[in-house]
Amino acid sequence: MLQVLYIFIPMLAAILVPFLYKSIKNIHTGWFVLAVPATLAIIYASYIAKVAKGEVFLAALPWIPSLDISVISYLDGLSLLFSLLITGIGSLVVLYSIFYLDKHKEKLHNFYVYLLLFMSAMLGVVQSDHLITLYFFWELTSISSFLLIGYWYTRDASRFGALKSMLITVGGGLMMLGGFILLYLMGGTYSIRELIVIVPDLVDHPLFTWSLVLLLFGAFTKSAQFPFYIWLPDAMEAPTPVSAYLHSATMVKAGIYLVARFTPIFAVSELWVWLVTGVGLVTLFWGSFFAVKQTDLKGILAFSTVSQLGLIMSLLGGAAVAFHVNGAADLVFKFAAFAAIFHLINHATFKGSLFMIAGIIDHETGTRDIRKLGGLMSIMPLSFTVAAIGSFSMAGLPPFNGFLSKEMFLSAMLALNEFELFGFDTWGALFPIIAWIASIFTFIYSFYFVFRTFTGQYKPEQYARKPHEAPIGMLISPMILAAFVVIIFFIPNLIGDTFVKPAVQAIQPFLYDSPSAIDIHVSAWHGLKPELFMTIGIVIIGVLLFVALPKWQGLYNLFPRSLTFNNAYDKIMHGLDVGLNRFSRLYMTGSMRHYLLYMFSGIVAIVIGTLFVKDAFSISFEGAAPVHSYEIILIIVLVIGTATTILAKSRLTAIIGLGSVGYTVALFFVIFNAPDLALTQLVIETISVALFLLAFYHLPKLGKREERMRFQLNRAIISIAVGAMVTLIALSAHSQKLIPSISKYYEETVYSLAGGGNIVNVILVDYRGFDTLFEITVLSIAGMAILAMIKLRMNRKEKAHENK
Amino acid sequence: MKTNDVILQFTAKIVFFIIFFFSIHIFMAGHYTPGGGFVGGLLTSSAIVLLVLAFDLNTVRTVLPFNYTYLTATGLLLALATAAFPMFKGKPFFTHYFDYFDLPLIGKQSLHTAMLFDGGVYLVVVGVTMTIIQTIGEDE
Repeated sequence: MLQVLYIFIPMLAAILVPFLYKSIKNIHTGWFVLAVPATLAIIYASYIAKVAKGEVFLAALPWIPSLDISVISYLDGLSLLFSLLITGIGSLVVLYSIFYLDKHKEKLHNFYVYLLLFMSAMLGVVQSDHLITLYFFWELTSISSFLLIGYWYTRDASRFGALKSMLITVGGGLMMLGGFILLYLMGGTYSIRELIVIVPDLVDHPLFTWSLVLLLFGAFTKSAQFPFYIWLPDAMEAPTPVSAYLHSATMVKAGIYLVARFTPIFAVSELWVWLVTGVGLVTLFWGSFFAVKQTDLKGILAFSTVSQLGLIMSLLGGAAVAFHVNGAADLVFKFAAFAAIFHLINHATFKGSLFMIAGIIDHETGTRDIRKLGGLMSIMPLSFTVAAIGSFSMAGLPPFNGFLSKEMFLSAMLALNEFELFGFDTWGALFPIIAWIASIFTFIYSFYFVFRTFTGQYKPEQYARKPHEAPIGMLISPMILAAFVVIIFFIPNLIGDTFVKPAVQAIQPFLYDSPSAIDIHVSAWHGLKPELFMTIGIVIIGVLLFVALPKWQGLYNLFPRSLTFNNAYDKIMHGLDVGLNRFSRLYMTGSMRHYLLYMFSGIVAIVIGTLFVKDAFSISFEGAAPVHSYEIILIIVLVIGTATTILAKSRLTAIIGLGSVGYTVALFFVIFNAPDLALTQLVIETISVALFLLAFYHLPKLGKREERMRFQLNRAIISIAVGAMVTLIALSAHSQKLIPSISKYYEETVYSLAGGGNIVNVILVDYRGFDTLFEITVLSIAGMAILAMIKLRMNRKEKAHENK
Repeated sequence: MKTNDVILQFTAKIVFFIIFFFSIHIFMAGHYTPGGGFVGGLLTSSAIVLLVLAFDLNTVRTVLPFNYTYLTATGLLLALATAAFPMFKGKPFFTHYFDYFDLPLIGKQSLHTAMLFDGGVYLVVVGVTMTIIQTIGEDE
């Protein structure tokens, strides 16, 4: 129970943020917010020791018990690792944002509310053991990241990027929901744990492959895999703390998490191995190749994130192979899972620090354009050190943690090459080659990022501001992360034992009984193996290409801009915009008459059509009440009233005619023993006539056109059809009673269950209270809308008046 | 020209109270005989509308200085709170309670939480209709 509530702590704290922001002006709101992730990080840290031994923690909070939906928090190695990343890096990001965002200029309450909401959503994603709540949190991350990316909403690019990221990730999320539902249909349970246990029964199910593909759509869109990566560079319009958080540690890793979490279920499928490994590798290559083309510092980091995510993804694909092989050969594939998780941690540390440095440079110089930057090393030595550590780690150089995971990546890819199943022996030869080339480009863009910015000629006139070293508060967070980059290199096995192995056990539960059973030892010096030579090759070629960069960078211009995925997205969005606009202009004429025409003809077509298809016409006058003379008189009055309304030349006459119709209907209710309805109808008529009188003065004069209304055939047909439809329904409903009327039930239970005597009222407030609740809500909304419409118009008029 | 509507105004003042108390009666009686929050609310608004017709909007506003949007919000909250209250006791949303009590003066009476919910409906109906009438009436 408590464990579930931890997830919601940031969300609850978010409620307080606006009040703190409004009432305590001279303290930066971030200081209060910082307490939330910091506390949570400590709480989750207390689980580390037990989880490292292989224990799991489970807690449930029922939400909709009748639908078997509850929030289940499941803490094993994998989810604990992610929770720690979310809260740990979250704390650093909040700390950084305190110095990055000005408390006077920025709308901090918005920012921190979104950030805390996002934090809750992420914690929910990684801890949910229930598919539906997982989906709920998943889309919540999309929505809160939309708000975060669009935080500077006055900028067009921010809104564009926010919308793009949301459209793509929510779209993928919906497909994922489809996959979840299929899983539920196959397995009969929403619990991921339970699904893993019954995997052997699921594999041969015809829906298995569908759910696999649908689920991967969710993971690939979220983790910016090829070709869905296009939202990630645009999402860089977010404030830098957000980029550092969303794109280094959390949101984009949700897809990685999903793949890791579902590996035990889907890894037995050949398609899964191919898709995850293949897409990951393509993404790795694509991202690293195009990162060198970017000129925006955050753009480079965005593409590098894309490529690193591809790397982790391909490793997870390799980890899935372990489900297919036995004996000694599978060690390398177990290795892949270890490498994936290890690199995930490393990536969060070095990419987080790099994002923060990019933000610092932007903040201190006023530009992020790498063509303008240069020569900052002597001015910002601390930032340079941090950037160099991060970049070298990203490039895979010792003594930084990126080197270790890069080596493991290369050996895993080499191992895939030798794997003889599903045609890996033929196409698999490409894997290490692609991986190697991509690593070269990774090396180049890492150098590009750090050396273009900090070395070279210092041109002060290029900068909007006079550059100087960032305030120490802003540097604390990246320095802490950079320290981790170095520390992890020297104690990889400690990290491995506490964090990586428990997570690996969660990915490959069938292979190990406990985390300690995983026999993998990381060492910086692993002998003269092929991967070491590959690294040496990467360094040599990378340095050569980096030096010669100006000579071949023109190569990128050869790619036509019109052939990119971004362009395709733009085209589709533009086409939808224009096309749908044109379509809606076809029928949105602004004339009430037209709308009524559409509505009534639609209703008539649907209802009469259904009656025909279902063969539901039936006319029988059996059991009908006798018609009395006064009823006939009332009907005549009704007809005359209606005719007067239609034919009246003056509006007043029409209103009176309409009123008489209403009162006559009320009389009908009286005759048929419905005093409740009669009462309501009478009062409604009175009030609406009064309303008409109030509005009467303002209504435009009846125009010439209305005065001599031509006989309109189509309108006559529709009105007659509506009348016929209502009559037919009434007759058919009366003539065939397939099921006994529910009124009997109400009659019997109204006193015993609801303690009332008036069925109508008891239905309204009790049996169908939900209905009434929503009805009064709608009523209130309508009232507010009218208020807003008229008040706004009055305000505008007043303004226009003042301007004169 | 100034119209003389003393009789209308005098009658309206008296009739307003008659309709208003009748509407309260209708509202209270709703659970056993015809009536309820919706009709009760409408009747109350029609009583106010009568005043508006006899006097004018501004006079009525000084006599009944309600902010009808707040009234609507209060009604919605009351209805929602009544519906949500059972959740705190572990019962599903919208569980109603009722019991019979011996009250001084009026004797044995039944009290329902449904009545509270209906009270919310009553307030919303008065609030919304009066908001609409007032804004349209003010719109010159």
